[in-house]
Amino acid sequence: MDTSTQEKSLLEGLAREDKVSIETIYREHFKVVQGFILANNGTPDDAADIFQEAMIVLFEKSKQPDFELNCQIRTYLYSVSKRLWLKRLQQMNRFSRHSDDMELAIPVEEDLELHEKKQADFHMMENALNKIGEPCKSLLEAYYILKKPMQQIATDFGYTNADNAKTQKYKCLVRLKKLFFAQYKQVQ
Amino acid sequence: MDDLLLIDAAERYLRGEMSEQEKTYFEEIRKSNPEIDQLVVEHIFFLNEIDRFSQTKSFKHNLSETVNKLVNEGFITKTPLTGKAKLVYLWNRSKRTIAVAASIAGIVSILSASMITVFSNKKEATHIKPLVDKLIEQDNKTRRLENKINQIEQMAGTPAKEEAKPRLEARFRATGFLIDANNHYIVTNAHVVKEVRNQLIVENNKGDQFSAKAVYVNDQNDLAILKVTDKDFKKMPALPYSFRKTGADLGEQIFMLGYPKQEIVYGEGYISARNGFRMDTIFCQLSTSANEGNSGSPVINRNGEVLGIISSMETNAEGVVFASKSSNILKAIEEVNKTLEDDKIRIVTGPGMKGIDRTSQIKKVQDYIFMIKGN
Repeated sequence: MDTSTQEKSLLEGLAREDKVSIETIYREHFKVVQGFILANNGTPDDAADIFQEAMIVLFEKSKQPDFELNCQIRTYLYSVSKRLWLKRLQQMNRFSRHSDDMELAIPVEEDLELHEKKQADFHMMENALNKIGEPCKSLLEAYYILKKPMQQIATDFGYTNADNAKTQKYKCLVRLKKLFFAQYKQVQ
Repeated sequence: MDDLLLIDAAERYLRGEMSEQEKTYFEEIRKSNPEIDQLVVEHIFFLNEIDRFSQTKSFKHNLSETVNKLVNEGFITKTPLTGKAKLVYLWNRSKRTIAVAASIAGIVSILSASMITVFSNKKEATHIKPLVDKLIEQDNKTRRLENKINQIEQMAGTPAKEEAKPRLEARFRATGFLIDANNHYIVTNAHVVKEVRNQLIVENNKGDQFSAKAVYVNDQNDLAILKVTDKDFKKMPALPYSFRKTGADLGEQIFMLGYPKQEIVYGEGYISARNGFRMDTIFCQLSTSANEGNSGSPVINRNGEVLGIISSMETNAEGVVFASKSSNILKAIEEVNKTLEDDKIRIVTGPGMKGIDRTSQIKKVQDYIFMIKGN
């Protein structure tokens, strides 16, 4: 397989949340990013954190319907990690000497903006789900995340029939939406 | 159209479960009624958000598992979040344990919060409380009425059925199980007992309540031992289970019984790690599902040995539950016994339940497992 086919299949694997692809990407590209972060006032822990976040950015990108990566995975991850790290340094008010001996980084601002928005959404949903309490949380997760059929949910949760479970799910859903949109509107 | 029906319709529409005719009809309604259309659009947006949430969540989960693996291999260097001298020592002593702990501490927020159902008494929540809660409320109401009827009957001179004890109106519910059937000692979690503001009771699966008091509470191993002080609490035959002195084996199949609802609930799983999220070896990790109210449930293997007691779960990963090891229970009993003059705790195991099928095992065990309630 040539490089570009290989990269393509790795990205497809990533979009499928495939662990082997995740591991391969780590093995091939983590050390480069770690090198950059260590050379710029970072610790190995920082490197692990930053790379993990960059992987999430790449995952989100790979999920986009019109996804196309017009550079190598390495360049992309390096550019994202670099941005993320410089931003964190700024937040910590640390001065740093940028070592730019790596290949030129590509602009990733747009992707990162999108990523931030998605992270915010993720936390909003997480908050909302944590706030609704049980059995609502499990009930909604069973239906919307695990995609279990209503009949089975009724049995699992001890409702007399699927209709009862559906009514309960609806009540829970209304609460979840209310909590989610309350946060959502605050941000907007 | 009813909102429930509308949402149901929108979901079926999105999943493509509608017939052509139904679809046309639905689209027409949307076109003709902007209010309904708005609701549908909003719901579609929301469903997308949920979908994205679940994708990201499961990706993060896979990602952290991969990272853990690479950390274990030494490919990635990662240290626990707090850098104390003790950690360095522990790190050198048992790298692997720490790696597990570190990875967990690093990637997910750990729910150290209790797994007990708290019946919130917030005013604004009353109209949308979870079902369990309502049942309890209803239960309490019925009991209040029963008490009243009894009083009236007594006043009227007619003999009441029996002098009814006032029932406790519980604020929370968790689980506990007998460790001494003769002297009435029950073990549960420390965080359960910490919930008590006024009164603590244990309730059997028939709904009888008995007052109890805590004789031992230890946050470190999350254990509490209760003494049932109620005179009506009947002596029971020797315990059907014994307690494992050594640690649990990796992969060992386990089951548990507890009260995530007002009725005893059975769950199965296996030991997935010898250590919990704390770096010391107090806890072990299970792969199973547990819910609020499972706190204090016994973790039992197929030979009827108690391996631990459910304590907490991880919120960000599905099915990761932590249990305080059975050896902690034995140590706690020793400690309590030092302070007791008489009524010392003695674990007496009866014929046990080795070699009988699961349903018979459950029948044997369930009478020894109690709801722990308080207000």
